[in-house]
Amino acid sequence: MDKFLTDILGSEIFAYIIIAILPLLFIVPYALFAVWLERKLSAFMQDRLGPMYTGGWHGWAQTVADIIKLIQKEDIVPSAANKKLHLIAPFLVFVGSYAAFAAIPFSSEYIGSHLNLGVFFIIAVSSLVVVGLLMAGWAANNKWSLLGAMRAAAQIVSYEIPIALALLAVIMIAQTLNLQEINQMQSGWFWNWFIFAKFPFVFLAFLIYFVASLAEVNRTPFDIPEAESELVAGYHTEYTGMKFAMFFLAEYANMFAVSAIAAAVFLGGWNSPFGDFMSGPIWGVFWFVTKGMFFIVVQMWLRWTLPRTRVDQLMYISWKVLTPWAFVCIFAIGLWMVLQ
Amino acid sequence: MAESIQTQDRKLRTEEMVIQMGPQHPSTHGVLRLEVTVEGEIVTHVKPYIGYLHRCFEKHAEQMGNYSQVIPYVDRMDYVAAMSMEWSYVLGMERMLGIQVPERVEYIRVIMAELQRIASHTIAIGTFGLDLGAFTPFLFLLRDREMILEIFERTCGARLLYNYFWIGGLSHDVPLDFVDSTRQFCTQFKKTIVEVNNLLSYNEIFIKRTANVGILPANVAINYAASGPVLRGSGVDWDLRRDDHYSIYNRFDWQPQIGKGERGTLGDCWDRYIVRCREMEQSVKIIEQAIEQLPDGDVQSAIPKRIRPNASEIYIRTEAPRGELGFYIVSDGSGSPYRVKGRSSSFVNLSVLPEITRGYMIADLVAILGSIDIVLGEIDR
Amino acid sequence: MSPQEILNKLTEKFADAIVEAKVEGVLEPYAKVKVESIREISSLMRDDSDLQFDTLMCLSGMDYGKGILGVVYNLGSIAKKHKFTLKIEISVEAANVSSVESVWRTADWHEREAFDLFGIVFTDHPDLRRILLPDDWEGYPLRKDYQVQEFYHGMKVPY
Repeated sequence: MDKFLTDILGSEIFAYIIIAILPLLFIVPYALFAVWLERKLSAFMQDRLGPMYTGGWHGWAQTVADIIKLIQKEDIVPSAANKKLHLIAPFLVFVGSYAAFAAIPFSSEYIGSHLNLGVFFIIAVSSLVVVGLLMAGWAANNKWSLLGAMRAAAQIVSYEIPIALALLAVIMIAQTLNLQEINQMQSGWFWNWFIFAKFPFVFLAFLIYFVASLAEVNRTPFDIPEAESELVAGYHTEYTGMKFAMFFLAEYANMFAVSAIAAAVFLGGWNSPFGDFMSGPIWGVFWFVTKGMFFIVVQMWLRWTLPRTRVDQLMYISWKVLTPWAFVCIFAIGLWMVLQ
Repeated sequence: MAESIQTQDRKLRTEEMVIQMGPQHPSTHGVLRLEVTVEGEIVTHVKPYIGYLHRCFEKHAEQMGNYSQVIPYVDRMDYVAAMSMEWSYVLGMERMLGIQVPERVEYIRVIMAELQRIASHTIAIGTFGLDLGAFTPFLFLLRDREMILEIFERTCGARLLYNYFWIGGLSHDVPLDFVDSTRQFCTQFKKTIVEVNNLLSYNEIFIKRTANVGILPANVAINYAASGPVLRGSGVDWDLRRDDHYSIYNRFDWQPQIGKGERGTLGDCWDRYIVRCREMEQSVKIIEQAIEQLPDGDVQSAIPKRIRPNASEIYIRTEAPRGELGFYIVSDGSGSPYRVKGRSSSFVNLSVLPEITRGYMIADLVAILGSIDIVLGEIDR
Repeated sequence: MSPQEILNKLTEKFADAIVEAKVEGVLEPYAKVKVESIREISSLMRDDSDLQFDTLMCLSGMDYGKGILGVVYNLGSIAKKHKFTLKIEISVEAANVSSVESVWRTADWHEREAFDLFGIVFTDHPDLRRILLPDDWEGYPLRKDYQVQEFYHGMKVPY
């Protein structure tokens, strides 16, 4: 796609700018839709209607109205806050989650950057989020924010380990870190997907990845950094208006990023489940987004069903359950490959 | 070498942090302020500050000039369980005046109080789940609470503050469809209890969060005069409906529920929670029996024209949803009370909080506070 | 135990501390005791194997008028299922009562409330502060001769 664009525009720089902006054009409408979907899904689960008025049909414009409201809102900075860090933090958080989209293959023809280290890059760059969260919690000069930020930092850092190990299990089979290549290996019917490879070890790795990714994006049952009943709102307690919207956007972008990685690595990414049926670059986008949205719906389903764990239980799950099992997966797959 | 380790130790020592939980905080259930001293996430000390909602109930009662005009003020003590509040005060006045209320009034009062208990417990359980991050059971329970409020509204015109129990009777008789709608509610609510049990009570994460947390041993609970589900959660078999012999509870087949330490230690948050859950089942049972036996009669025949008790005093206590609700009423023979002291259950139950939160985490503090189930209107009066 | 038996038991131990007692013909049988001995009587009430008053159901401050304040202790027993009331009277000038917080922990907040609203000082109380009213409120509102203060932090109080 970059070659194609370069040919049309006659300049590599413009081509890359367009390629860089494309995911943003996806994320913003997606986030608006996902927020609306979340409200509708929760309403459905809780025996109520949810937004019904704004925009006419089932309140579809509710989140648009929300965003317009957030933009208009006064930007309040606490007088005791560290103003620079307070300003930078939400953008840094968004940068962290947006950068991950660079290495995510939306279709066989479209990937932001042909990185040979794709998976590694995503794991590394999404850690930037931690810095942003810590910054937000610290700069606001609010004790609740600080507690939330500390929790977030501890949580995300610990859960990166099972995530990395679970992905490593697949990488051992694929023998590459390039997500585009990983996807190409899974083409054909759905039994070629890596989730069914070396059964049941990759499947186990997938479960580990999914649980850990919930914690990585602070979703229930691991939403303790922003547990509203304990920490008011965690690290974004002191944020208003557009800065708060940035956190919101980053959260939903992150949700899609982890879901997209799960789809790409375990579920064949842009491949159609039915061989050549409905496949091709355009259908690829459809399949990829569908698979990603499936995980997002599961995340929402869990959120409105489960209570929240406690900090120490969260750490226990990461270090004493997920990480050892991830090692077991890696060891078993390694042994399998050696013996083959 | 040893010295350098010591200096390192000193550098690493974390400072204790004092955080103010409330008056505006999502899980203080009102305007309560807790001054929490934490070491990292561990709570070392909690100091509750109350009084933000103080409305001078006792002073008002003295200056009201009339015994029956106190009832609306009593309503506003525990606005989540106003019927039960009224009953306690009204019962005390009836004992002072020596009034025997008609059978029908007794039955309607029992039904109303038990409906109110369910309504109050749905809030207690729902917000407890909410404190732990489970949003959905809360809305399921509120949906059913709405049915109760509708019954109340059709009966006395108010959804929250009823002024329904009068000294010697009731303000209105029940509406014609009362029996049917109450039966309908009972059928519906039995399903909801099962749903909530599946979704929340026996959820593994929920049990992990609440079992072995905030353990209140029975002797401490008694010494703190804790009452209601807080006391019964600690395994003390004490229910004023049975043990204080008021009204007609002995005519029905029901059992007070006590905590058994099934999922953890006796007297933990889960025990207090499950006692409320099971109490709701018992309340449904009482309501169903009372509805069957509901006699005919005039609900206002025993209302006295002039309320002027002799110089006397009484300490009346009833089992409100949150525990023992007492009124110490002193009369000097005039037309208005000389002194009314409200002994509210939340007030006493909350005083146990510093004792049972020490050494737990902030997240547990929220759970413990939720399991005590306070209503600030009742605490501050 | 019947109220009469409880009273007999009390008289046995503290014959000269009981000022007045009434068990027949009243709704709440009570014994009015001397202020100095309230702590010992409370301990006995709790610890005696026949009495076992394990809970203090309610502790109320009282203003009987004419410069006399009082405290009413409504005791209950979960173990024995009986009730009894203790009363004390004190003058406004020397409104000192020894705290029963060490006997029943629940008295902690009740005593703070009585201090807050009646100005009864409970000696030996671990943390005697105002509980319902602001710390800098003037006067004790539930006293019969209470006059509300004109201004509180610049806000007019009587409405």
